[in-house]
Amino acid sequence: MTWLRLAFANLSLSPLTTAVNVLLMALGTASIVLLLLAGVQLAETMSRDAKGVDLVVGAQGSPVQLVLSAVYHADVPPGNIKLNEAQRWADDSRVATAIPVSLGDSFRGFRIVGTTKAYVDLYNAQLGAGRIWSAPMEAVLGAAVAEAAAMGVGSTFAGAHGLVDGGHTHDAKPYRVVGVLAPTGTVIDRLVVTSLESVWELHAEEGAHDHDHDEDHSGDGHDEEAGQAEEHHHEEEHDHEAEHAHEEDHHHEEDHHHEEGHDHEEGHQHEGEHHHEEEGHHHAEGDHHDEGEDHHAEGDHRDEGEGHHEEGDHHHEEEDHHDHDEAHHEHHADEDHGESDDGHAHDADTDHNAHDHDEDVEITALLLSYRSPLAATTLPLDINAAGALQAAAPAMEISRILQLVGVGMTALGAFAWVLVATAALSIFAALYGSLRARRGELAMLRCLGASRFELLLYLIVEGLLMSLLGVTLGFLAGHGMMELVGNWLASTRGVVMTGWIWAPAETLLLLGLFLVGALSAIVPAIQAYRTDVARTLAEG
Amino acid sequence: MPEGARGETAAQVIDIDALTFSYGSRKVVDLEQFQLAADESIAVIGSSGCGKTTLLHLLAGLLQPATGSIRILGHDITAMSGAQLDRFRGEHMGMVFQRLFLMPALSVHQNIALAQRLARKPRDHARIDALLEQLGIAEVSHHKPGMLSQGQAQRVAIARALVHSPALVLADEPTSALDDEHASQALTLLKDSTAAVGASLLVVTHDGRVRGQLDHEFNMSALS
Repeated sequence: MTWLRLAFANLSLSPLTTAVNVLLMALGTASIVLLLLAGVQLAETMSRDAKGVDLVVGAQGSPVQLVLSAVYHADVPPGNIKLNEAQRWADDSRVATAIPVSLGDSFRGFRIVGTTKAYVDLYNAQLGAGRIWSAPMEAVLGAAVAEAAAMGVGSTFAGAHGLVDGGHTHDAKPYRVVGVLAPTGTVIDRLVVTSLESVWELHAEEGAHDHDHDEDHSGDGHDEEAGQAEEHHHEEEHDHEAEHAHEEDHHHEEDHHHEEGHDHEEGHQHEGEHHHEEEGHHHAEGDHHDEGEDHHAEGDHRDEGEGHHEEGDHHHEEEDHHDHDEAHHEHHADEDHGESDDGHAHDADTDHNAHDHDEDVEITALLLSYRSPLAATTLPLDINAAGALQAAAPAMEISRILQLVGVGMTALGAFAWVLVATAALSIFAALYGSLRARRGELAMLRCLGASRFELLLYLIVEGLLMSLLGVTLGFLAGHGMMELVGNWLASTRGVVMTGWIWAPAETLLLLGLFLVGALSAIVPAIQAYRTDVARTLAEG
Repeated sequence: MPEGARGETAAQVIDIDALTFSYGSRKVVDLEQFQLAADESIAVIGSSGCGKTTLLHLLAGLLQPATGSIRILGHDITAMSGAQLDRFRGEHMGMVFQRLFLMPALSVHQNIALAQRLARKPRDHARIDALLEQLGIAEVSHHKPGMLSQGQAQRVAIARALVHSPALVLADEPTSALDDEHASQALTLLKDSTAAVGASLLVVTHDGRVRGQLDHEFNMSALS
């Protein structure tokens, strides 16, 4: 206690030097602590968000992008996949659970996720208010979304096209909030969750509004809405055909198709055949039903010439998108066209309410969990080998992401350690520099009865005191900054990070910094230990 | 730890026998016999470089002699380990130097309390206050050394040397930097204070003003 008091008193003699040394140490420590806490919590958050998701199946592309988009909602997805293709893997015996997610829209920067109720269960999310959706265009808000938007059950909002704020809003099709989730500390807090059908419905609407082909359809007796819906499917079908490597020039087809007044014969033949099944079907059933009836009224033209075959295929697929029953279409595809591509297109018939078996229905990704850990060795390989889809394991991608982030963190950490080293050197310089001036005092202390070891202790205590003051301030500042950053992230991004945690590595850090402080004082302390009292006193 | 504090039967506080000390090949101290009895004071005088300060350091156990023995209060300090010497020095000796080496970060009271603590004595604020009162510096008790006059600082150094009631006070050139008036005051104060606590006093000095002021005088130059 004597030496601590004496050391403290000594430090107060040169407040500026002490303050600079303490500040340097505090800055270095705070930087390290902040990086440490952020890194630990980032890893924890990423692991927590991916808990229960062993594998993500999505479009081919970057696996990191796939995981970032489908699990963390922090990137744009590499593309969409056909639900029925994904379903094949969902039904695989090695899969325990499969949760589809469909992205595309957002609300005030928070992503709208079309999914199933299993997605809510995945994060053990409890309802804070209201209920889970039970119909299209009903939405459940994550806790952070509800807080940021100051919305609750009964509120309505329009989703914006795209995954970032500022896109075109679907004003005509607002969502109605039916539930708000309690905070979970996971990614779902900052999501708007709804049914897959909601997303599909909006996309159908969006597609319809995006293309102005109304005249052709209305000219053929379509009502406007029917025409819009149908045109949306035109677009979808072209995309689909492109995906399936059709040799035809689809743009040419489309031009041809429209310029020729939208050859409804092919479409009509199918509509005519299947219109009875359209009734009561998906969200656009009203439009499509009308359309189907119109087509039906125009008669069955399925036997029209081969010269229109390509167009026919095309139109046929377009119409399929609306309403047709899969089995029925498959039959006619084989019968009428006998081409695998066409047949495939038929398979993709989109009954949005019975989407499980619809080929043209797209989702963004499928989140799988393994029935057994052994699946990890075969399932991803099988999916990737199949070619059409990509499988990415979040655990592996987290590791990659953290490695990437780790490069930056390491650089920042190195800089922080440079600050600590600078502080240690500064403390060393201050102590060492003061030794000459204090030699007489140290000698006097020996004369008063202090041992060599006590002088060693005295100098180490003095050095450590500066270090520990800096380290203490640094820890407080680091945790304080983390809390501030955490509050900001929570209010703006719904990311849960806090400064009020103690990472296990901090104990090691504390010991390390303690050691650095001791090392900075050890040389001056040894000098003090070796003080030649007689000589010092003789020299005056 | 050697036995024997004040009150032991040792008649001599200092008892030197056949003491030599050299810096390299140069013999600095060569004393056949030297004694100082309890309650007595002695001035060790001599020209610069005659070895008087070296003798003081040998007596304090800060230097080890080449040959001979030094018994303080009956204990041969030349046979003690470094740690034993440190402790012995702290408990039984008080030291005053030309340069005072007060701790600038501590107040007058704290400086004196530090000496008490290093002498392994229980903290005794009353003793410190009484000593400061006796030396006429009670009013600066909470001042830092930098705020004191030379005379006040010297009194603080004397108080620090006496606070643990040592058996022997060693003073090295305590008056050399002082004018006549202050030198006389300092010496009188040192002599009276040590006498008041029953300590023996050895003053090493080349200052002629000290001559005749203490009980005994020993001229080191005469040995050269």
